[in-house]
Amino acid sequence: MPTLTPDRKTTRPSRPAPELIFGDLWEFDPAPETADPKLKPRYDFFINGQFVPAKSGKYFDSVNPANEQKLAEIALAGKDDVDAAYAAAHKAFDTTWGKMPGRERAKYIYRIARLLQDRAREFAVAETLDGGKPIKESRDFDVPMAAAHFFYHAGWADKLEYVAPGRRVAPLGVVGQVIPWNFPLLMLAWKLAPALAMGNCVVLKPAETTSITCLKLAEILQDADLPPGVVNFVTGFGETGAAVMGHPTAVKVAFTGSTEVGKIIMRSLAGSGKKMTMELGGKAANIVFDDAPIDQAVEGIVNGIFFNQGHVCCAGSRLLVHEPVADKVITKLKTRIKVLRVGDPIDKNTDIGAINSREQLKKISELVDSGVKEGAEIFQPACKLPTKGFYFRPTIFSNVSMSHRIAREEIFGPVLSILTFRTVDEAIEKANNTAFGLSAGVWTDKGSRILKMSTELKAGVVWANTYNKFDPTSPFGGYKESGFGREGGRQGLLDYCKLV
Amino acid sequence: MLAKSPHAALTRLFDEVGTVDCVGVEERVAKYTTRSIKKVSKVKGLRLATSMVDLTTLEGKDTPGKVASLCQKAMHPHPGLEAPQVAAVCVYPSMVRHARKALGSDTAVRIASVATAFPSGQTSLRTRLAEVKAAVADGADEIDMVINRGAFLAGDFAVVQDEIAAVVEACGDCALKVILEVSELETYDNIRAASFLAMRVMREGDFIKTSTGKTSLNATLGNNQVMLEAIRDFYLDTGIAIGMKPAGGIRTAKQSLHFLTAVKETLGDAWLTNERYRFGASSLLNDLLRQLEKEKTGAYQAPYYFSEAAESY
Repeated sequence: MPTLTPDRKTTRPSRPAPELIFGDLWEFDPAPETADPKLKPRYDFFINGQFVPAKSGKYFDSVNPANEQKLAEIALAGKDDVDAAYAAAHKAFDTTWGKMPGRERAKYIYRIARLLQDRAREFAVAETLDGGKPIKESRDFDVPMAAAHFFYHAGWADKLEYVAPGRRVAPLGVVGQVIPWNFPLLMLAWKLAPALAMGNCVVLKPAETTSITCLKLAEILQDADLPPGVVNFVTGFGETGAAVMGHPTAVKVAFTGSTEVGKIIMRSLAGSGKKMTMELGGKAANIVFDDAPIDQAVEGIVNGIFFNQGHVCCAGSRLLVHEPVADKVITKLKTRIKVLRVGDPIDKNTDIGAINSREQLKKISELVDSGVKEGAEIFQPACKLPTKGFYFRPTIFSNVSMSHRIAREEIFGPVLSILTFRTVDEAIEKANNTAFGLSAGVWTDKGSRILKMSTELKAGVVWANTYNKFDPTSPFGGYKESGFGREGGRQGLLDYCKLV
Repeated sequence: MLAKSPHAALTRLFDEVGTVDCVGVEERVAKYTTRSIKKVSKVKGLRLATSMVDLTTLEGKDTPGKVASLCQKAMHPHPGLEAPQVAAVCVYPSMVRHARKALGSDTAVRIASVATAFPSGQTSLRTRLAEVKAAVADGADEIDMVINRGAFLAGDFAVVQDEIAAVVEACGDCALKVILEVSELETYDNIRAASFLAMRVMREGDFIKTSTGKTSLNATLGNNQVMLEAIRDFYLDTGIAIGMKPAGGIRTAKQSLHFLTAVKETLGDAWLTNERYRFGASSLLNDLLRQLEKEKTGAYQAPYYFSEAAESY
C-alpha cells in the first residue's frame, strides 16, 4: 500500500482513548409476547391416548425460572405408571403401529407437524415460560425446528426401503426415551419423529423442570388421531427416568443429558441387550485463526456460547484464538456482549433469558467462582438483572489454560473460557484434549485448513465459519464421552431400526 | 518482490483491514429486524429518523420550483404534527442556489449537493473539483462525492485515495460524504476496504455513504453493517468519528428503525444523531410522518394525506 497516510494515532497523541457508549439514549420499551400459552393448572400423564392421573396421587410443581412463580402441577410417575405406559406401548406396537404401512404412518406424522405449526406461538410462549429461554429463540428456532423434524421424518416413513441400500429395515418395538431441559420440545421432536417414522412405539420422560410443552404436544397427538399407546409420556424425576430406561419392555433406549447420568444408565443396562443411543455433554472448541473474518467470528462466538443461556450441549464453551489476533478478538467480544440484552425471556428483545433452575444457577456460579480462584481473568458486562428469577450475566474468562476447571468441565451456562494457540497443530491438540467430542467450530478464510481441521478434530459436528447450525437432514451426535449414535438424517433413522 | 497486479493490491489491502464473511454479516443484520420497537421508543425512533433524512431530489427534470417545494417540505414536514425538520436537502449542483434561496440563510436545514460528475464520476479530476468548488460557492453546506470505482477495481488505490483527498481540500469547510457505490464494488470485502481507503483521508464529521441511488442495489442492512463496523474500527483506532449515510432503497419507517437499531448496537449512542448518521431518501419522509401521525392519533390516515410519491412534495 504505497499511498497509506501515516497512522493518525501518532499525529494526535493528546486525544483520550476513544470509547463507544452503549447507553439508554434510545431505550426499547418492554415488548412482551402476548399470545396465550393455554396452560392447564395440572398436567397428568399421557398413556394409551388418554390423560391419566398419577396412581400415587403425587404431583410436583413446575416453576417459571424467570420469576420463580408456579406454572402448573405435574404428575409424578412411579413404577406402576411406567408399567402402564409400557403396556400401552407394547399393545399399540403389536396391534396397530408396528403393522401399519409407512405411507399411513407418514400421514399422522405430517399431521403432527402441521398442528404444531398452527399452534406455534402458543407453544413458543409455553416453552419460554417453562424453560426460561428467550421468546425470540423459542419462536424462531425451537418450535419451527421441532416442526421441521416431524416434516422431515414424515417424508421418510414411506421411503424406508431406501434408508439402508441393499437391506430391508424393520422397527425395533417399544423404545424408552429420556430428554433434557435445555430444548424440551425440540429434543422431544428429535426423539419422537425418527422412532415413529420407523414404526416404533415410545415411552418418553421429559425433564422435571420442563414437562409442559411435552404434555401440550400430547394434546396435538390426540388431535392428530394418533392411535392410542403409540406415544406415552410419563413425568417425574431421576427415579422415573431410571424406570423408563430400565424397563424390560424397552428394546432400545435413547438418552440426551449429562455424561454423568449417561454413564449411570449405561452401567445399569450393561448386559441387558438393549440398543442404546446417548447424546451427552460437550466442551466444544471454537477455533479462530488470524485470517478469519473477525467481526463475524465474534458473532459466531456469541452465538456459540450465549445461545439459550449456554444451555447447549454443543455450546462453543472453549474459545481457542490464534495469538496474533487474541487481543483484537477479546476486545471486540467485550464490545459485542455489552449490547446483549439480559432479562425477562418473554420480552421479544431479550437476547439472554433465565437460567433453567436454581440448581443450575448454583452450579454455574460455583464453576465461575473456581475460575476466578484459579486465576483466570473475568469480564461481565454491567447489565441490570431482574430481582426475582434465576439470571446470570454473560461471562468471559481470558487467560485460561488447559488445566483450569473452567476449561475442562461442562458449565452449561453463559460462560466462555478463552485460550490461545500459536500453530494449527497446537489448536488441534488443544481442541481434542478433552473427554468430550460433540462439536467444534473453525473460523478461517483458508478453505484447505477447514478441510484439514474437520478431519482431525474429534468431534461429531465441525462448523466452518458459523456455529450452532442445525438441520433435520444433518446427523448430530458425539465421540468419546459425548456419547454415541446419531440423531437426524439417514443415520438417525438407522438407530431406530433393525436390518433384516 | 511483491506483484503489482490489481489483484495483489487488493489482497494487501484486505490483509490489512481484514475480510468479511457474507453469510455471517447477513445473519447478524437479520437480528436487527426482529427487534420489537413499540410505544415511546417507536415515537422516539421515528422522530430521530425524521431528523436524519437527507431529503433528496436528483433527477434530470428537477426545476427551481420542485426544489423550492422540497425545501418547504424539509423545513415544515407536516403542519400540525410537530415533526422535527429534516437534516438536509440533497440536490444537483445547478439547484444549490435555488435551494439556498428557498431555505434562506437562517435555517438548520443544510444543503447537500452531489458533485464530482455524479453518479458515474467519469470525467477528469479537474472538472470534478471545479464542480465541487462551484457548488460550495453557490451555498452548499455538504458535498456528496462519488469515488472512482474504476480505479478501485483496477487496484489503483493511490488514485482513489488521492482523488478523495483532493475533494476534501476543495470542499473547504463543507462536510464531505464519500459515496462508495456499493453495488459496483459488489463484495463486502471490497466495501470494507474502500471504507478504510476513504476514511484515512477524511476529517471528523465527514460521512461515508453507500450509494448514489442510481443503480439496482442500494443501501441494505448488510452493507450498512459492514460500513458501520469499519467506522467503529477506525474510530477506536484513531479517535476520528466518521459519519454514515445509507442511501437509496430505504422507503419505509420500519426499515429506518432497523437501520437505527444497527447503529445503536454497533456504534452506540454517540452516532444516534444527524451529525453522524443520515438517511438518503425521498419517499421515506412521508412514511415516517404517517407513522408519527398514527402514533399520535391511534389511527392510520387516508393515503392521500401522505403521498407515496416523492414527486408530489
